[in-house]
Amino acid sequence: MNKLTKSIYTLAIAAALMSLYNCKPQGPKEALVGNAAAKAYVAPGQYDEFYNIVSGGFNGQMAVYGIPSGRLLKILPVFSVFPENGYGYSEETKPMLNTSHGFVPWDDLHHIALSTTKGVHDGRWAFGNGNNTPRVARVDLSNFRTMEILEIPNSGGNHSSPFITENSEYLVAGTRFSVPMGENKDVPINSYKENFKGSISFIKINPESGHMNIEFQLRTPGFNYDLSRAGKGPSHGWFFFSTYNTEQAHTLLEVNASQNDKDFIMAVNWKKAEEYLAAGKGKKVKSRYAHNLYDESTHSATSTMLDEVTVLDVTELKDIVYFIPCPKSPHGCDVDPSGEYIVGSGKLAAMMPVFSFTKLQKAIADKDYEGDFEGIPVVRYEAALHGEVQKPGLGPLHTEFDDKGNAYTSMFVSSEIVKWNVKTLEVLDRVPTYYSIGHLSVPGGPTAKPYGKYVIAYNKITKDRYLPTGPELAQSAQIYDISGDKMQLILDFPTVGEPHYAEALPASLIKDKSLKIYKLEENKHPYAALGEGKAKVERKGNEVHVYMTAIRSHLTPDNIEGVRVGDDVYFHVTNLEQDWDVPHGFAIRGATNAEILIMPGETQTLKWKPLVPGVVPFYCTDFCSALHQEMSGYVRVSPAGSSTPLKFSTGAED
Amino acid sequence: MRLIAIAVIGFFFYSCAPDKPVNQEEIPDQPASTKSAVEDVINDPTKGIGAVKSVTLNSPLEQDRVKRGLAIYEMKCSACHKLDDKRVVGPGWKDVTKNRKPEWIMNMITNVDVMLDKDPEAQKLLELCLMRMPNQNMSVGDARDILEFMRQNDGEK
Repeated sequence: MNKLTKSIYTLAIAAALMSLYNCKPQGPKEALVGNAAAKAYVAPGQYDEFYNIVSGGFNGQMAVYGIPSGRLLKILPVFSVFPENGYGYSEETKPMLNTSHGFVPWDDLHHIALSTTKGVHDGRWAFGNGNNTPRVARVDLSNFRTMEILEIPNSGGNHSSPFITENSEYLVAGTRFSVPMGENKDVPINSYKENFKGSISFIKINPESGHMNIEFQLRTPGFNYDLSRAGKGPSHGWFFFSTYNTEQAHTLLEVNASQNDKDFIMAVNWKKAEEYLAAGKGKKVKSRYAHNLYDESTHSATSTMLDEVTVLDVTELKDIVYFIPCPKSPHGCDVDPSGEYIVGSGKLAAMMPVFSFTKLQKAIADKDYEGDFEGIPVVRYEAALHGEVQKPGLGPLHTEFDDKGNAYTSMFVSSEIVKWNVKTLEVLDRVPTYYSIGHLSVPGGPTAKPYGKYVIAYNKITKDRYLPTGPELAQSAQIYDISGDKMQLILDFPTVGEPHYAEALPASLIKDKSLKIYKLEENKHPYAALGEGKAKVERKGNEVHVYMTAIRSHLTPDNIEGVRVGDDVYFHVTNLEQDWDVPHGFAIRGATNAEILIMPGETQTLKWKPLVPGVVPFYCTDFCSALHQEMSGYVRVSPAGSSTPLKFSTGAED
Repeated sequence: MRLIAIAVIGFFFYSCAPDKPVNQEEIPDQPASTKSAVEDVINDPTKGIGAVKSVTLNSPLEQDRVKRGLAIYEMKCSACHKLDDKRVVGPGWKDVTKNRKPEWIMNMITNVDVMLDKDPEAQKLLELCLMRMPNQNMSVGDARDILEFMRQNDGEK
């Protein structure tokens, strides 16, 4: 290279850097080029190539989008009540939101983990974490419903969750906040260092049913556990967690938890933990937590209160846990598709370390330690280091991977995605995001087999991207084509809630096994009316049970008398349809809960308490046929203690 | 001339019907045949369109089938069809086995969406009732059981 070319290069790089740092991205004209629209276009009636399962953050839901069109396909309630279909309001679904604190109708869902077999997506389940009242949930990808919720005891907030091992053996649930764990939890807050502990739950997944149970909990030093990834391939059997606040501050963490040059990546040998467990080294600890399961044959959930977990203390039981120093409050802790490289993203660091699993193993074998923390070995930083990505951008958060050995890291502060090579650590490309990207997702990105076609940015700030809607805006997501050398923005799409992590998987893995109806023959709901002849009304004390049927377009019974003020009236509505996409709805005036939607062949129950005498209409809320407006009925409510006889009918002659 | 007109109408149907997504589940009718559904109606308009080409009726009635047919009727049909001749949502079932070929009845039960789109007799009923008969996810075996129950309802022994 001669001097002239060199100086031209230097100038070009300087100009590029200046444009990067000087100007905030200005909008589409800057980034959108060529055939972008065609790349995101999915013609009417055609299907998207990928399902994108997206956490809803503070809405407590998951949302399902098609990629690359960005079309919203479904909002799926998980930890939050959903009056739109009655989730958390119907008698059948209320137990799903039961906890040791009672009924908790909201949570903050941050991360998605899709089930995998041999390190690749198998399209069976999507798991999500409840960050606030610690829980994990399992959604079935054949019916897109929340089927199970397990509360996590001894946790101060379930953030490093629900990351999953390569054959879906375990999910993890690491506490974001350390809290007092001993018998006496009423301790001074400033006794953090003596009394506060961390807790990492390993949740075993039944390979057939998907049912979850807390196999064991690791008791770990008291600081904050942030994010996590399972090893895979050569590192299968290990789990990696980012940590912060190794200063063990309990106030003004913004400053006090940013003192140390390095916090830790915590490497957990979970196979070793299993050995200790099998050898009976676990201690049973009293812990109250709820386990809620939905049964599709009874169309009902049950909540069971459990009272014990098995705890392994990693400061006593050696060789389960090792710490790797990692600069400046690491957030993301991501394992590449080969399972060899672990990327730590220090939120406040000017470079990103990439650790090598092989080197980590050698460092442990050689006891190449720089010290210990509460008796746990701290591996020498350089001994585990593959190398550092220099000046990747500002505020690195999360990293996903493609199938060509490249990594894509979100940069919150400099608002960009940076593409770099995992082996050479060379930065290859960067694109602006609009604005302040948090998580990002490549279809198959966290698995052993990424589909390096798109990367989706989930941004934290929206500002001017869409027509303004007052102070509160939709969240902004962006899709980039990454099939070439240069990343190319192809679509902006608004999202519901506030997405954190998301995963995308090929539509072909799930679309053909999507459930269409529930078979009436298999409906075991105790209050089902399997046929219009079975519709009836029964009184048991002050409870009135209406066994109601719905079919286009009438409800049976549709005239009910003999209900009294103060009764608890249960409308058990069975949808007699057996065709795809024919739900019916049920709503009654003055109900203080919600409506219910009933899928074909399903039974759901709405409870209603009449407060004044009169005649109260009810109707179907889901437009079902040309005569949908006729699908309605009346309940006569008589004063408390009246002797109006219990009567019910449909189509009775006067 | 008339045949040509029907053929043209048939063509019209096919060109205007929305193309279903290729992966949508197809009702298994006329597997090996190259004939169109409309041709089937032309061949024997009284048998309807669907998988059921011919039905053998036995006498006396097969009581097992009658029993199963009644159970299916109560669960999936009785909301709209009464056993007398009164129309509620759909027509009453009295004398249906005397007015329709057994094949037509079974095709209507198992292939209702195609019947309502293409079979002239089914379309007349749709105009009368103004309610598309729902697909109740019935197998040919279920439909045969229902047919046996209908025969009993019509007084056969």
